[in-house]
Amino acid sequence: MISEIPPEFIVKIDYEQCKRCKRCVMNCSFGCMQFKDRVIPDHKKCVACQRCVTFCPESAITITKNELSYKENANWTPEIRQNILKQAETGGMILSGMGNPRAYQILWDHLLIDACQVTNPSIDPLREPMELRTFIGRKPERLEFSADENSEIELATELGPQIKLDIPVVFAAMSYGAISFNAHKALVMAAKQSGTLMNTGEGGLHKDLYSYADNIIVQVASGRFGVHSEYLNTCVMVEIKIGQGAKPGIGGHLPGEKVGEEISKTRMIPVGTDAISPAPHHDIYSIEDLSQLIYAIKETTDYTKPVSVKISAVHNVAAIASGIVRAGADIVTIDGFRGGTGAAPMVIRDNVGIPIEVALAAVDQRLRDEGIRNNASILCAGGIRTSADMAKAIALGADAVVIGTAALVAMGCRVCQKCYTGNCAWGIATQKPELVRRLDPLVASERLSNLLRAWDLELKEILGSLGVNSIESLRGSRERLRGIGLDEMTLKILGVKPAGVGQ
Amino acid sequence: MKIDCSGMYYRKLNKIIRDAAEAGESEFILDHVNGQRYIGSGINKKIKITINGVPGNDLAMFMNGPLITVNANAQDGIANTMNAGEIIVHGDAGDVIGYGMRGGKIYIKGNVGYRTGIHMKEYKKQVPVIVAGGVACDFCAEYMAGGILVLLGLEKEGDMPITGDYLGTGMHGGVVYIRGGVDENMLGKEVSVLELDEKDMKLLKKHLAEFCEHFGFDLEEAMSKPFVKLLPVSSRPYGNLYAY
Amino acid sequence: MKDNCYIPSGCSISGMINESGRRFDGSSVIKSIALMHDRGNGLGGGFAAYGVYPRHAEQFAFHMMFDHIEAKEACEEYFKDRFDIVLDEEMPTRAGGAFEEETSGRYGEYGGHPITNPPILWRYFMDVPKSKTSFVSENEYIVKNVMEVNSRIDGAFVASSGKNMGAFKGVGYPEDIGVFYKLDEYKAYIWTAHGRFPTNTPGWWGGAHPFCLLDWSIVHNGEISSYGINKRYLEPHGYKLELRTDTEVIAYLFDLLVRKHNLPMEMAIKALASPFWKDIDRMPEREQRIATAIRQVYGGALLNGPFSVILGHSRGMIGFNDRIKLRPMTCARADDMLYMASEEAAIREIAPDLDRVWSPKAGTPVIGKLSEEVI
Repeated sequence: MISEIPPEFIVKIDYEQCKRCKRCVMNCSFGCMQFKDRVIPDHKKCVACQRCVTFCPESAITITKNELSYKENANWTPEIRQNILKQAETGGMILSGMGNPRAYQILWDHLLIDACQVTNPSIDPLREPMELRTFIGRKPERLEFSADENSEIELATELGPQIKLDIPVVFAAMSYGAISFNAHKALVMAAKQSGTLMNTGEGGLHKDLYSYADNIIVQVASGRFGVHSEYLNTCVMVEIKIGQGAKPGIGGHLPGEKVGEEISKTRMIPVGTDAISPAPHHDIYSIEDLSQLIYAIKETTDYTKPVSVKISAVHNVAAIASGIVRAGADIVTIDGFRGGTGAAPMVIRDNVGIPIEVALAAVDQRLRDEGIRNNASILCAGGIRTSADMAKAIALGADAVVIGTAALVAMGCRVCQKCYTGNCAWGIATQKPELVRRLDPLVASERLSNLLRAWDLELKEILGSLGVNSIESLRGSRERLRGIGLDEMTLKILGVKPAGVGQ
Repeated sequence: MKIDCSGMYYRKLNKIIRDAAEAGESEFILDHVNGQRYIGSGINKKIKITINGVPGNDLAMFMNGPLITVNANAQDGIANTMNAGEIIVHGDAGDVIGYGMRGGKIYIKGNVGYRTGIHMKEYKKQVPVIVAGGVACDFCAEYMAGGILVLLGLEKEGDMPITGDYLGTGMHGGVVYIRGGVDENMLGKEVSVLELDEKDMKLLKKHLAEFCEHFGFDLEEAMSKPFVKLLPVSSRPYGNLYAY
Repeated sequence: MKDNCYIPSGCSISGMINESGRRFDGSSVIKSIALMHDRGNGLGGGFAAYGVYPRHAEQFAFHMMFDHIEAKEACEEYFKDRFDIVLDEEMPTRAGGAFEEETSGRYGEYGGHPITNPPILWRYFMDVPKSKTSFVSENEYIVKNVMEVNSRIDGAFVASSGKNMGAFKGVGYPEDIGVFYKLDEYKAYIWTAHGRFPTNTPGWWGGAHPFCLLDWSIVHNGEISSYGINKRYLEPHGYKLELRTDTEVIAYLFDLLVRKHNLPMEMAIKALASPFWKDIDRMPEREQRIATAIRQVYGGALLNGPFSVILGHSRGMIGFNDRIKLRPMTCARADDMLYMASEEAAIREIAPDLDRVWSPKAGTPVIGKLSEEVI
């Protein structure tokens, strides 16, 4: 069938400037640029990944939206019409990558942070101590002490395993398969450099990265790819992935063409076969089954690793999180509906789930109401873009935040949302050796470490202005947040007063 | 090492086994087992465990080496994500056996429950094998991505079907052998039924010989009925679901 | 406690019937459910027992839970005008009673958990005055009043309302609840039990299983994903769903389909766990017609999502699973006993020598009946 879909973008080349160096042709991984005595773009193939724009030495390329490719209509938007055309041509589901791009209200941008003036002093974070150290893991309700024969007081309570983070940010679960080996390596190197953690995602851990065990969260998902007892012990924390914010209740699917030799080794499946992750874990159809799996992992790791359970933010998230904590999880990771993905049916990504802000607030409050907040740490994922989002999340009750898309952007991602094609021009979401090579793990890890350092500085500034010098004093302190432009019910769920109301 | 497990909590039992195995003990006889979970789970040594009684769920989860003999029925979730080793069950087994199993063998004398061999996969020399002497329930070999699954239906009553519905649904690798044929209405969309070739017969005979030896069945009789084999139609069953 | 959001929960279940009607005490059902301790989280346990009140077999036995004395007073005021109370008394309990396994060690990690903060537990044996049943049947009258009490009297909850049966439930591990209620001192021909793993706050005794109405009792493992529509389907029929659990819909659906609509039990189960269209298309003509009509008419009663359920009633016990068997159940027979449980070990624990052990097929009920001569 001949495609009738008009191009989404127009690639303009300033032939006056163009020196015909063909760098754009070499850099375009989507086959848009061709050279026939001069560069001829095939507009239909452009995804606006900006690779050619970035690498054109003459700045001769601009990409614009194909404005009137569809006649204006507020109801039948270009996107809707384009998708219908695609479906009419193929009969398939629309696939997309990255997080929900729609203009839903972003609650972070309706929350404002407090500061000290006169009655209490702010603190200068550059010169005075400012602590961000965070421990992730189950804490007991209370401590018990005993005295030995010399009346020396000794701690009688034995705490379960706790993970130390130098900054309350960890990298999100992104599998080797969804992203490249170089991207995985950059993440783990940056995690080590910055005193935090990366998460393997569900595709196993490449043997070359086993030496970074102290900075790794290994994930167990429904496909169980590359999961064995050695893997479970090569980490500081094990995460059971139940759901992902971008596609709650939906499985995953790594197409066979991405399963090359190295991925095959890591996932322990033959080269070229599809790696299908079923929607549910087939040993978890109920909460007591989750408990059974949590303890299976604890048995296998001899109770040395805290176990996290990651769920997507859905309507009943508070009750579910409570059940997860009672099932024995040491950490609950909640992924909001703006969370990213390598590939998801667009209909799910854009329409299922709830925002992380309300989910986080509801979970934190529920665990407090039930007196079990100390029993687990909360990691907050799915839509953390800035250090401000991070500070607000921690104030709402998160122990730490999780960043995926922000980390990818730091490595060079331009959020073109074509991750699922495997053609990532930036060497991140691809397995093609010639593209993977474009991402230097050393450079990428430095960019990641820089991002974390910048957020570290910014978070300390925020703490200083709040007049506190330790992250514990922000954690769950909703009193230091105010809402603007939010309805009463949303404010109630967030547990935040409207701006203008004092204490 | 002989352990009386009556009334013993699983955590204690498994710790005794783990510690003793670590210290060099290679053979365990567990008496009066009833419902203790995770026996053999995550053990990386080739120890032998004999279980007298019904073991609890997740027997041999993440197991990597041991040989387990169960002298009773077994419950749900045997060999979950197992890497290597062998399990012999002198009875029936429950649901979700061999989920994501990547290596090792399971021999079950009797029937198996729902979702047997779900998402079994193989990798290079690791080819998991499940042989069940009885019949299976629905969703057998669902999502199967590798390995060998054999159903014998040796002692099935009358015209009872040898498998449940949706057999091999979503299968994209591995092979299923079924003694005496299969009702086509029970098949998932992603599999086709084929005759066995010589290579298949050789492979099958090898596993059946082992099965018969474990349970005292007659190999001749086990092989007396013709088998059929199920293979996935495509290794990419879900290739055309998307509009790119 | 009564509001409209429901709390998902997972669980263990166990049930046993002596089909000859021989009554036996509750110590074995406690042992059976105790073996599955790890399937619950100590926030709910309970039992249903049939044949426990032979001396009051003709009266409706109301097991009541009151949050406070005012609720009890209000409820008694309510009963006074509507029933003839033959006897009322406090439920016998062992204060703080906790299960102590003789072969100690299995629960060494946990120890017995004493039961704390019970509500006021009171039972009433009542007749329905003749004058009240001129326009409605006795059963209908009971159902109406159970709904009224549960929804209208603050702090009062009817745990069970059948004849010669009762629910014994609360917050705690089921084995501790069993000891608390002194179930070893009761004799019944059917016992069902439930260990709950709710995802909610502690303290809601009414939220424990079994759920009972008249002589129906339900213990349930799993979650009813179709709860939203099941609830809306039931409400116009006079049922009030306010107990924050999906399980109550099952009890009410049986009451509606079997008692009110007079469906044969097999057909009611076909409505709740319907065959797939693919299978219906291959059925013989008569069966196909029936199954099609059931799905057309009773779509709102279809229970979707993972579950295994044991339904108790005065003449038998029925176990069944969802259509694709997402929750476990094992059944066994030994002489005139039929057992059902989430794990085989829970049956072996009390009956090591069994004639037959099997797992029921998805959506196919296993039915235990009192033999005709007993009835």
